[in-house]
Amino acid sequence: MALQLETEPKHAEEDAPSPRRTGAQLLWEALVREGVEVVFGYPGGAIMPAYDAMPAYPIRHVLVRHEQGASHMADGYARASGKVGVAVATSGPGATNLVTGIATAMLDSSPVVCITGQVASPGLGTDAFQEIDTTGITLPITKHNYLVTKAADIPATIREAFHVARSGRPGPVLVDITKDAQQAAVESVQLSPPHRPRNGKRRSVRTEMLDKAAELIDGAKRPVILAGHGVMMAGATRALRELAERSDIPVAQTLLGLGGFPATHPLSLGMMGMHGEAWVNFAVQQSDLLVALGMRFDDRVTGNTKTFAVGAKKIHAEIDPSEIDKTVKVDVALVGDVAVTLEELLSRVKPRDRGPWRKHIAGLKGEAAVRDIVSLPDDGRLYAAHVMHDLWRLTKGNALVVTDVGQHQMWEAQYYRHDHPRKLITSGGLGTMGFALPAAMGARFAFPDDEIWVIAGDGGFQMTAAELSTCAQEGLKLNVAVINNGYLGMVRQWQQFFYGGRYIATPLKSPDFVKLAEAHGLCGLRVDRRADLPNAVEKARAERGTVIIDFRVEAEDSVYPMVPAAADLHDMIRRPSPIEETPYDS
Amino acid sequence: MTPERTSHTFIVLVEDLPGALNRVVSLFRRRVVNIDSLTVGRTERSGVSRITLVVRADANAARLLEANLYKLVDVIEVRDVTAEPVVVREMAFVKLGAQFRGEVMQMCDVFRARVVDLGPASITVESTGSQDKIDGLIEALKPFGIVELVRTGAVAIARGPISPEVQT
Repeated sequence: MALQLETEPKHAEEDAPSPRRTGAQLLWEALVREGVEVVFGYPGGAIMPAYDAMPAYPIRHVLVRHEQGASHMADGYARASGKVGVAVATSGPGATNLVTGIATAMLDSSPVVCITGQVASPGLGTDAFQEIDTTGITLPITKHNYLVTKAADIPATIREAFHVARSGRPGPVLVDITKDAQQAAVESVQLSPPHRPRNGKRRSVRTEMLDKAAELIDGAKRPVILAGHGVMMAGATRALRELAERSDIPVAQTLLGLGGFPATHPLSLGMMGMHGEAWVNFAVQQSDLLVALGMRFDDRVTGNTKTFAVGAKKIHAEIDPSEIDKTVKVDVALVGDVAVTLEELLSRVKPRDRGPWRKHIAGLKGEAAVRDIVSLPDDGRLYAAHVMHDLWRLTKGNALVVTDVGQHQMWEAQYYRHDHPRKLITSGGLGTMGFALPAAMGARFAFPDDEIWVIAGDGGFQMTAAELSTCAQEGLKLNVAVINNGYLGMVRQWQQFFYGGRYIATPLKSPDFVKLAEAHGLCGLRVDRRADLPNAVEKARAERGTVIIDFRVEAEDSVYPMVPAAADLHDMIRRPSPIEETPYDS
Repeated sequence: MTPERTSHTFIVLVEDLPGALNRVVSLFRRRVVNIDSLTVGRTERSGVSRITLVVRADANAARLLEANLYKLVDVIEVRDVTAEPVVVREMAFVKLGAQFRGEVMQMCDVFRARVVDLGPASITVESTGSQDKIDGLIEALKPFGIVELVRTGAVAIARGPISPEVQT
């Protein structure tokens, strides 16, 4: 966490004698001390004392339309900035509405702190109005949570909460504060540096393991690096590139790992897994060594673990020991900060040239290119893949892209080539539809001037579309591409492949997205031919406020290749080749 | 071929805070691991509780459970003492009807159990020992009509001078 350590605030200059302050004041003071500049929230009875005290502090509040939006915005802010994002909500329904966003942050290791109001402490456990067991509900979806019933405990709890959220493998933390704790006034509070989380038996990576790993890397003929989210979180992208180049090892990436290694680099393979390109999955399956860095062998990455890269030795560098041997048995485990591990490996591995292996993979690529939709001639229809490819070209690959969940998410991952870290934000682990719009709004606060594109399907977009009015109220500039195919496309695709083509509950009627934009005082555009795309994108970029482009894409297109759930990674459903004309029909 | 599941005994030191036990137990519940026995109590250090927890798991699952326990912020120290030299004891009370009190008291002598309550209608026996010993006592007492039975679950301590470190 080298990068993040630098942003940790200094805990030095406190405890000057001061008058009595309320718990609410102590809360905002503590947030300011942690460097918080913006919070995303929604007021309500049990958090009103905190809201009442807020204006005295230099923190911007963004009023969301639904608390799920608040937790996604905090998450988006955290992923874009590498700092801790903060969401605020009231007790009961306010807290339960945060839950989806908290779980999303948990599964993707995003540092978020949620502050929730709770009924006054005498009401705890009495089914008081809007009382619910918030810490109980969020226990399995937070890295840690707290119930605070005393004003004096607030400063130390907030300090520890931030420390827990950003240390080690980051994650969400929730602090539930009773109304009476917010209201009570106390003398100045002594603060000491947080002593938790403990380092425990924090093992530093053992020398003999590093030697063993370097020996395997040097000796491998067909190695592949599998780079995950952890590479970016550890600030190890440069070290990854050095290792790949010195050892001449192709790099495959997980969905959340995209951007951790430049997509346009000759050694970049692209995304692996369920919707990874065929050559990537073949390369993984044919490899004799996998060097897994900051990733967790998710089932969407491995397919059937019994047949996953059976001919390969496996090295696993990972900060979380509970990920070692969880789904895939590895030969060498390097538990610790991936950046440190990579530096250690760099000092050990020898320069290599693996020309034959690279040539072999290039051959696999050539075969797949025939089936690539980008190679298809423009037949007048608008394909989502074309939209992604053209967006990538028009933005020169430099936009911060925030995707939702479904077909468009996979097309984006395949066709928008990310060269820089933290430029793709997406819900990977939990797969949360409705994530993109609010997450992008949060990211906007981390990067006020970057070009940001939200890419969402017509289904997911409608899950949190209410946040458009937040966008309008806060004057946030986003470009929103709705990939509109009139279906819950990914489910429709599964129905086509695995459920006899019975499209049950997937055809989707949507509002007129252009009018929806206009109803919010925003600009709306529609594109149904590829030729009209550049113009619309240009218009959107020129517009001061948020713009929605309704891309009316091919309704029954599917994401290829596809590894069916739990199938072997090399057993892919391929896009029907325009030359062979062998449509998939089983 | 499924790996062999054996009994694993964990010693877990946690902060003596509301919810700490819940976090530990929830971790097993989520993975559909049934807890065979669980004991919790205070320790020589104020603010530190000690949990002895027995589950059936294969070796890799047990290692992952240990690694996941470590991730809990309230957890101070975890040891899987299954393969270590430890003393493991459990305690039980067995209540029986009074009609066979002579035989029951004889049995108590054999198993080194103690009678802790004796009345005109009932006799209550206390026994401390390994799980096997308690199982044996219960089997031996069954023919005399067990009315009520309560067992504490195992507590474990390492032999010799070494103890789990408490870092603060």
